[in-house]
Amino acid sequence: MKITSPNIVLLAATLGLASIYGIWHRSSRGKFKAAHTGVNQAIAPLVTPEEIENAFGSKLTLVQFSSAFCTPCRATRALLTDITADLPDVVHVDVDAESHLELVRRLDIRSTPTTVILNKDGHEVGRAVGAPKRQQVLDVIASLS
Amino acid sequence: MTTLSATSISADKDIQLIDARGPRFGALITTVVLAIALLTSSTFVIGLQLAVFALAVGFGPARGPYGLFFKKFVKPRLSGDVPTEDARPPRFAQVVGLAFALTAFIAGLAGATTVFAVAVAFCLAASFLNAAFNYCLGCEIYLLISRLTHKAR
Repeated sequence: MKITSPNIVLLAATLGLASIYGIWHRSSRGKFKAAHTGVNQAIAPLVTPEEIENAFGSKLTLVQFSSAFCTPCRATRALLTDITADLPDVVHVDVDAESHLELVRRLDIRSTPTTVILNKDGHEVGRAVGAPKRQQVLDVIASLS
Repeated sequence: MTTLSATSISADKDIQLIDARGPRFGALITTVVLAIALLTSSTFVIGLQLAVFALAVGFGPARGPYGLFFKKFVKPRLSGDVPTEDARPPRFAQVVGLAFALTAFIAGLAGATTVFAVAVAFCLAASFLNAAFNYCLGCEIYLLISRLTHKAR
């Protein structure tokens, strides 16, 4: 068992790159971003109520994609349930990503939890990858209402 | 206003909850062990970690070697609220660790030093991210694996 200098470099590089990724990852999770394309009411809705097996909210629908191997999905579910309980025109729907792969591919959902915000017509108006904080959710709902 | 779909995996009564600090402590020990394996190019050390991963996958993360060590020696010294989590996400991370450790172990036995080093480095990066940033491996890769392994209709 001999410690060689390439191994020391490899260890340092691995921990260094992982740290950079970890810091970027932590800072980017939970932030809501506006949808890239403008909302064009003429085109067909991106998501239909049938696909998420739930009626849309009269103003907004928060579609949360979850999976079994996801610890922050529980916290996100509890947070969005709590917030939408007080808002009659905003609906929260929790969708198991694995059993909705067609929708997951169309919306390009890559990790869980991802929360996609739909307007009343089923067009995406924003999304957050990772668990959002309470204030982030309240702010985005206020800005889209 | 929440509705869970019929296929939802979130029926809380079915979920086995464990102390969330246990897997994170385990990730810390794993990080140290993998760093030693990488520094010394030791197939023997990877073999030990491979056995730990296999036991944690088989018996659950709370009953694997590091989980039992945490319960007996670390948990009694901790105070405050016990944060809980579903046992499935850390178990999934152990499965991923097992795959990398097995690759490294076989490469080590076969004398494929580059494959050994790369596999140990990936395993180390994942366990370090878990220990330092509470990184959720299952959140990031499980859905990607599902998308790749289930063909589009």
